[in-house]
Amino acid sequence: MHIPDGYLSPQTAIPMIAVMVPVLGVAANKVKNDLKKKQIPILAAGAAFSFVIMMFNLPVPGGSSAHAVGAVLLAILLGPWAACLGVSVALIIQALVFGDGGILAVGANCFNIAFVMSFFGYYTYKLIKGAADKLSGRGMAAAFIGGYVGLNIAALTTALMFGAQYHLFQAADGTPLYFMYPIKIAVAAMVSEHLILAGPVEGLVTVLALWFVGKNYPALLSDSPKWINSNDKGVGSHV
Amino acid sequence: MFKTYKNLWWGLLGLVLLSPLGLLATGTAFGEWGMDELVDEVGFIPTGLAKFADFWQHILLPDYTIPGMEGSFGQSAAGYIVSAIVGVLLVVLVISIFYRMARD
Repeated sequence: MHIPDGYLSPQTAIPMIAVMVPVLGVAANKVKNDLKKKQIPILAAGAAFSFVIMMFNLPVPGGSSAHAVGAVLLAILLGPWAACLGVSVALIIQALVFGDGGILAVGANCFNIAFVMSFFGYYTYKLIKGAADKLSGRGMAAAFIGGYVGLNIAALTTALMFGAQYHLFQAADGTPLYFMYPIKIAVAAMVSEHLILAGPVEGLVTVLALWFVGKNYPALLSDSPKWINSNDKGVGSHV
Repeated sequence: MFKTYKNLWWGLLGLVLLSPLGLLATGTAFGEWGMDELVDEVGFIPTGLAKFADFWQHILLPDYTIPGMEGSFGQSAAGYIVSAIVGVLLVVLVISIFYRMARD
C-alpha cells in the first residue's frame, strides 16, 4: 500500500503533501495538548509496532504481497489523531531511510495509511463497541472489525489514487504517464487482497495486541481517563 | 521512554526478531513494482513514472536490506532485523520530541 515515487503524477502527489501538512499539524497539537507525558511512551511503542508489523509481508496468491498496519490499535489506545501522527512518523521514516513508499508520494501514503485508516477504523470500532468493555467479547469483535474496515478503506483510497492517474494523465500517444491500470482494475486488485487476506490479519493483529496490552497493563484499557492519576502514586491525585 | 511499559518493548523486541518471516512473501505488492519488475509485470515503463521513480537518492537501507548483504536468506534476515531495530529507534527518537512538550 506504500505508493512509490513515479506512480502518482506530481499534480496528485504535491497537493496530498499540502493536505497532510496541516493535518499532521493538528495531530501534533492534539498529542501535545491532550496526551499526558506518561502516554507518550505508549505512542512511541505503538508507532514502532506499526513500523515493524508493516515489515511482515503476507504472500498473496498470484505473486503479490500485502501487510497489516496497526493504525487502529493505536487509535483504540490513544485516539485517532495520535494514531495518525504515530503511523505517519513510521511511514515518513520508511520512505526516507528504507525506500518503502516514495518521498513525493509520502503525503498520499500518510493520507491513506495513517489518516484514513485511523479515523475510519476508530469510528467503526466505537460504533460497534458502544458502551461495552474494551476487553469484552463485543469490545474485541469491535477491534477486529475496526482493524478490518480501516485497512480496507485505506486500500480503497490508495486504489482510487492509483486508478485516477490512468484516466487523467496520458501521453500524446495515449499511453499512461504514471500508474498504468484503470480504476476498476486497481480497486479490484487492491481491495480483493485486503478483503480476503490482509484485512482479517489486521483484525487479528489488533485483537491480539490489545489483549497483550490489557494483560500487562489493564489500566491502559480502562475507559475512565483517571487511570493516569491512579498510576501516579499520589502525584496529581489532587488535580 | 523504555522504562514505564517494559513489557510492551519486550513484546516489540520479539516481533523484531520474528520479522524475517516477512521475507518469506517474495511477491511485490500491487502497484509497488520496481523499475526492474515493471517490464515483466506490466509490459512497459510509463515515461512519467520513469522520470520520478528515483526522485529520492538517499536511501540508506533499501527495502530493509544492508547493501551488499542480500546473498542468502541468512544475510537478508540479518539485514531485516537490523532495519527493524534502526526503524524502531528512529520512530522512538521522533516521538520522544513530544515527551518534552506534553504535560505531566
